[in-house]
Amino acid sequence: MNGTLKRVAIACMVMFGLLLVNVNYLQAVKAEEFRSDNRNFRRFFERYENQRGRITAGNEVLAESVDTEGDIRFERRYHNGRMYAHVLGFFAPESERGIEATENRLLDGTAADLVVRRAVDLLTNKPTRGANIELTIDPRAQRAAYESLRRVGKKGAVVALDPKTGAIKAMVSLPTYDPNQLALPNKAKVAQAYNKLDADKDQPLLNRAIETTYAPGSTYKVVTTAALLAEDETAGPQTLVDAPQVLDLPGTTVGLPNNAGAACGTGRVTLQFALERSCNTPFAKIGMELGYEKMKEQAAKFGIGEPLQIPLNVAPSSVGPKEDLAALAQASIGQRSMQMTPLQMAMVAAAVANDGVVMKPYLVNKVVSPDGDTIDETDPDELSEAMSEDAARKLKQMMVSVVQQGTATAAQIPGVSVGGKTGTAETSDNAPPHAWFIGFAPADNPQIAVCVFVQSGAAGDQASGGRTAAPVARDVMRAVLQQ
Amino acid sequence: MSSADVGAVPMTAKRRGAQLFMLAFAVAIIMAAYASVGIGIDGTVPAGMLTYGLGLGGLMLVAYLVLAKFAPWADPLILPLVTLVNGLGLVMIYRIEQAPPSFQTGASATQQITWTAVGIIMFTATLVVLRDHRLLQRFTYTAGAVGLGLLILPLLPFIGREINGARIWINVGFSVQPGEFAKLALVVFFAGYLVAKRDVLALAGRRLLFIDLPRARDLGPILVTWGISVGILVLQKDLGTSLLLFGGFIVMLYIATQRTAWVLIGILLFVGGAFVAGQIFDHVGARFEVWLDPGNNEFYTRAAGGSYQLMEGLFGMGSGGILGTGLGQGHPYRIPLAFSDFIFPATGEELGLTGLMALLMCYALIVERGLRTSLAARDPFSKLLAGGLSFILAWQVFIIVGGVTNLIPLTGLVTPFMSQGGSALLANWILIALLVRMSDSARRPPPQAIQDEGLTQVMQR
Repeated sequence: MNGTLKRVAIACMVMFGLLLVNVNYLQAVKAEEFRSDNRNFRRFFERYENQRGRITAGNEVLAESVDTEGDIRFERRYHNGRMYAHVLGFFAPESERGIEATENRLLDGTAADLVVRRAVDLLTNKPTRGANIELTIDPRAQRAAYESLRRVGKKGAVVALDPKTGAIKAMVSLPTYDPNQLALPNKAKVAQAYNKLDADKDQPLLNRAIETTYAPGSTYKVVTTAALLAEDETAGPQTLVDAPQVLDLPGTTVGLPNNAGAACGTGRVTLQFALERSCNTPFAKIGMELGYEKMKEQAAKFGIGEPLQIPLNVAPSSVGPKEDLAALAQASIGQRSMQMTPLQMAMVAAAVANDGVVMKPYLVNKVVSPDGDTIDETDPDELSEAMSEDAARKLKQMMVSVVQQGTATAAQIPGVSVGGKTGTAETSDNAPPHAWFIGFAPADNPQIAVCVFVQSGAAGDQASGGRTAAPVARDVMRAVLQQ
Repeated sequence: MSSADVGAVPMTAKRRGAQLFMLAFAVAIIMAAYASVGIGIDGTVPAGMLTYGLGLGGLMLVAYLVLAKFAPWADPLILPLVTLVNGLGLVMIYRIEQAPPSFQTGASATQQITWTAVGIIMFTATLVVLRDHRLLQRFTYTAGAVGLGLLILPLLPFIGREINGARIWINVGFSVQPGEFAKLALVVFFAGYLVAKRDVLALAGRRLLFIDLPRARDLGPILVTWGISVGILVLQKDLGTSLLLFGGFIVMLYIATQRTAWVLIGILLFVGGAFVAGQIFDHVGARFEVWLDPGNNEFYTRAAGGSYQLMEGLFGMGSGGILGTGLGQGHPYRIPLAFSDFIFPATGEELGLTGLMALLMCYALIVERGLRTSLAARDPFSKLLAGGLSFILAWQVFIIVGGVTNLIPLTGLVTPFMSQGGSALLANWILIALLVRMSDSARRPPPQAIQDEGLTQVMQR
């Protein structure tokens, strides 16, 4: 029987050989395929395996990973999540948004900058931890912006910048959402919550401050004025400009009226007066006289049309395509094809405040290692020069008078000279307008530039820049200035 | 007889010292693995490590002493190897039991270590009681009847239980899987029966191509066994046991008769049976479908007879990769039945390809030692029994490990010595005791005619 036994022994050897080959095939050749299969829940766990870095602003911790000591080791928690939702984004089971997305590799510790640190952790057998991100956000400004805009009760956005550095001090978009419910380590629950938010017609997921553009309305007159000052160095606040009740638009039968068809002074007014009252006809006329190219050139100097990463992606603002003069007239007062993000309009205000220099806006102040060492710190960067120092001084003076005696008196702060410009942009016939305000304070040593945008909505209540948006800006500026 | 033949008689040594050392080594590996689980999970050595480790060590020492006394010539490798595999199973079950509280894995290391203790006691008891395995030959038909009876037990009303779709359990205060013991009894029966009938079964009937076909009238036994296997498949929905027993019988028939024809007939019968079963029973067809394309999302999400469990195992193995995540650091408890049928992929996740290769080599070595025993055995019954038991162990490992790694269609079977469950552990420890007993008798030097007649001249040519 030994002959057959030996053959059976060979059969057994072949069986074990097949098992060994198959195991090798599975764990060496196909391993990566199985590992990265999106049905493999282990991929999902790996996201929660290491302690993700914190996101802080000032002394406040906005996002942190909490050790649950469970199956899912670290859960992401957001403090004041609704207030910071559009800045922070969220850390979902399969994706990220906001700062969580742009700084993902630093937060989870896989960034190239952290290689040495990871190697040290590996040798000393310490668990890998992600780097902490310190934002430029000023929690007081953020809170003031959030609460003040919420009191308005409409959709909108607030952006506040440090005009000297470009550091973003506040960024709020309403309506908002709770990022905590999108950061649950549960795919099904998150998908459900996300789909509900995504289907919401109020678009709570949209960051209105940077992700979409709106007609800036009369706030754009600041840019038009800057273009005039650049063209004519002798021009100033006292320069007289034509201000008819209705401006004839070439090639059309309808004219361009002032707001509510009102007259603007005597029909020939100072530039300062036109800005204070926010007359349409003088600025439309200036725009037409300067021409599309010069208007566009001035816009580009403010950074309009240039894609930005702050590091969140900012939708490019645009002056629109070249059309006829009538269109240009409307564009010059911030209507028609003129499309701006609230951040861009804040940059316009900041440039005026900062002697004409546009600083590159940024959200990340510092990257700090888990041990507290600074890994990277953002240096303020000049983006462009929007206008001469002289022009900026003149424009600043006019904007201060807008707040003192013009349409933006609601933005006044006792003891502080505030500069600003309101805007009430018509979106379409019969729809309530967008209400805008851009401004800065204090005028002599600007520390804060703000843009408030309140989206048209709630029919009946006529929103206007002066009544609706300016008080919000005032609250934000006051929060920053009161030490 | 030439002088070369005399010289070829292998000198056997007891190698008891080596065996004791290897046993201690196996216990040390298990204790280290046990500690590693605790360190991997929460950074501390489990409190029970010394108790369990010393308990296992003590049991193994008893087993060793009994073996040294009652089977001194037995193969020194078998016991340490089985100890290692059994201990690794214990460690994995303990590890799966340490799943987060939200998982009701059903793993219980305490239960399994109790069964291990009982298993080792059965091992020693078998060695003590069964001094000569050839006694079993006298009980050939009794063993056959017992085996068949055990197979039928789960089908009886009141005591039979159906768990996870297979009716292979009986409840006598606690659950028992009689099929595991039936396996042993039937191998004993096959060995005894084939030794008696092999001459008849080896008779050739007609020659077809290159194969000597047996006579039609001799087809009886294989058809009966086939019928029983099909019965298990149909009545108990237990593909694994059906395949195990039929394969075991065919191979023993082949060993006994040296007729390749039996293997071919067996394969034909099996394939035919499986094909018909696949057509008639959904669960058999589903297994086959899944085997061909386990990654298919349609099968993955299918509630009944889908590939979810299989894929979870493969995902685990893939994540483990070559070196594994390390004990306590993967998520093997997420694989359904990770403590029983799927303990192999669970081990693969944490110990990696390296660990699985070592584990498979352990199994291969146990089988190899068994087959070596069979080759060295001096009588046909011992040869058949040792060969049959060794093959059925290899065959069982092949069916379940091949199944969970998608080498062959998945059929549920116990992974010998690793899966949680008392019946299988007991039966397999008895199987090992039988192998050890036969190995002792095979390796024992034949009685020598002692010629102590002083200065007798020995002439050498």
